[in-house]
Amino acid sequence: MKKLKSSLTNMLVVLTVITIVAAGVLASVNAVTAPQIEKINADNLAAGIKAVMGSDDIQVSEPWEVDNFTAYDINDKDGNLMGKAVVTTENGFGGPLKVLVGFNTDGDILGYTVLEHQETPGLGAKAGEWFQDKIIGMNPGKNKFTVSKDGGEVDAITASTITSRAFLRAIQNAYDKIIIGLDVSSGASQQASAASMGKPAAIE
Amino acid sequence: MNKLVVSLSPHVHSGDSVQKNMYWVCIALLPALICSFISFGVGAIITTAISVASCVFFEWAINKFMLKNPKCTVSDGSAILTGILLAFNMPSNIQPWIIIVGALFAIGVVKMTFGGLGCNLFNPALAGRAFLLISFPVDMTTWPTPGQGFSTYLDAETGATPLAIMKAAFKSGDPQMLNQLPTFQDMLLGNTGGCLGEVCAAALILGFIILLAKKVITWHIPVSILVTVAVFSGLLNLANPVYANPLAELMSGGLLLGAIFMATDYVTSPMSKNGQIIYGVAIGVLTVIIRAYGAYPEGMSFAILIMNAFVPLINNKFKPKRFGEVPAK
Amino acid sequence: MNNFKVLINGIVKENPTFVLLLGMCPTLGTTSSAINGMSMGLATMCVLILSNLIIASIKKLIPDAVRIPSYIVVIASLVTVLQMVIKAYAPDIDKSLGLFIPLIVVNCIILGRAESFAAKNGPIASIFDGIGIGIGFTIALTCLGAVRELLGTGAIFGFTLWGENYGMLMFVLAPGAFLALGYLIVVFNKITKKA
Repeated sequence: MKKLKSSLTNMLVVLTVITIVAAGVLASVNAVTAPQIEKINADNLAAGIKAVMGSDDIQVSEPWEVDNFTAYDINDKDGNLMGKAVVTTENGFGGPLKVLVGFNTDGDILGYTVLEHQETPGLGAKAGEWFQDKIIGMNPGKNKFTVSKDGGEVDAITASTITSRAFLRAIQNAYDKIIIGLDVSSGASQQASAASMGKPAAIE
Repeated sequence: MNKLVVSLSPHVHSGDSVQKNMYWVCIALLPALICSFISFGVGAIITTAISVASCVFFEWAINKFMLKNPKCTVSDGSAILTGILLAFNMPSNIQPWIIIVGALFAIGVVKMTFGGLGCNLFNPALAGRAFLLISFPVDMTTWPTPGQGFSTYLDAETGATPLAIMKAAFKSGDPQMLNQLPTFQDMLLGNTGGCLGEVCAAALILGFIILLAKKVITWHIPVSILVTVAVFSGLLNLANPVYANPLAELMSGGLLLGAIFMATDYVTSPMSKNGQIIYGVAIGVLTVIIRAYGAYPEGMSFAILIMNAFVPLINNKFKPKRFGEVPAK
Repeated sequence: MNNFKVLINGIVKENPTFVLLLGMCPTLGTTSSAINGMSMGLATMCVLILSNLIIASIKKLIPDAVRIPSYIVVIASLVTVLQMVIKAYAPDIDKSLGLFIPLIVVNCIILGRAESFAAKNGPIASIFDGIGIGIGFTIALTCLGAVRELLGTGAIFGFTLWGENYGMLMFVLAPGAFLALGYLIVVFNKITKKA
């Protein structure tokens, strides 16, 4: 068989056929994998929420969003309000630092997990474990929630003050915005109050 | 047209040898070593000894077993000098194995890979320090406080350096924090925290005078760096008092050590006077910028390394005046 | 050239990383550990074999003037399929390589082999070329990842040898990737030149 000539019709037909075939393949693979991917993401989130709330027997509400925060109301198995889990993002040393943090109804930190980060391996990347035994049980409203270098009560990760500051700020913001209901990012206040209307009232 | 090739430095001429110059630099570094011993105790001596010994060993071993070079280059003193400078860039309480790794990097990677003395692009001691600083950030930034007696080594107590205080002041925006800086007298005599060779300004200036008197180096690079830093940081200080005053900038960190002993390294600095001044000014500007805005408190070593990379370009633009050249009409 | 020679050629004489120096972005970016390097190498190999096969089979149907866009559509579709499959069935690999999987599209090895080999040879030979180059790439990335992991964190394939406290952080970061690659090329040349 001879190679096709580069005539306009040939080119049009070949490119159209190739793209249609490619689109068909992608659509069918997507149809197979999409539910699985969704399930994995949901499982990860559910596992994360259970970990940060320190309990397996919980009921998680539909997420509600305020500004850049995504919050979940958590009830225990009898339907009593246990607290909230909040996804909060702050700029770290290498890029966005996304933390899932659990608060009880008093605003005490029950647990946290780092969802996404681009911190330096061996330094800022240690944030996932470093603060576990340091901030759990603290309350950003009552404790001085900054690194000790800045006069706070939390020991920063050795040689990674910038990551530590960002991490603590992320949790502080989540507390201020979701638990207390303060406006942490000016300019978005109207949108925020509109978004929180009809939502469970902030816990004091 | 342009067929004249600038040959590799160092340019050696009669009566003056690489060896002699290297030993004079080592001698000029002695006052700083003695001061460091007084400030930090025996750790300063141990660190320097390990560093020199391992630099010389690696230079010898690589020459002998890998390059199979019959000419032994250990005796030219450049490895000893690299060892001293590398040690001077470390805290005095650092673990011995880190020093050895640093020496291997400085000699093996930065110097011998490019072909040994005269062929390396970057100052080996400084590149070794940069490598250690990136690789072991915790060990390399845990500074002993001075005056803990002569027997302190690994167990020394640690504290903040003047540069760390400056950085904290800038980050918090509170000029009051600068009051924690040591007095100028302490900085001059080396009574502050820091790398073991950089703390005593007076000893480093004495070394500078020795080098100038022996004509080992000329004034161009050190003076242009120091003047630039003074002017630039002075302007910043006038604009906003959270920047430390220029005298504190000059006397803290590795600025004097770098300006006098490391930026002037023959191999990695420009050859012509004009080139040297441009090189010095650029190092000064970069240092102040990194100190003020960078992630690390000290910018001297990175500034020199960055400018090392520009030296071939500078040499290309500013060629030394040829002997007997008649100015074109 | 018989198929076995094609295979060996991709591993030694035209090793994509050590000899051709192609695909440096994933090489330097993903090799922070041996397992990451190996996963990236295998993922690239999958795409490479399939793209070589498909392009070698349909090359006669593609007019010369539109061959590059056609190849890219084929490669991009394969990579996207691979990305979805990894996301769905190997979430751990997705976590460490996620960012770099889409970048396989622009890995010059793949388009390079499509253009220089698959477009000139039959489907069977092209599969062997894909396997050979893929193995060469995987070996190179695994070696680089192992060296960086060992020097940077004191472990190899996750097994701790001398512990993170003795790791040189620079080798986990980008500058260490360049250095380690340079020295590996030296070693590779030393070995292959002797043979």
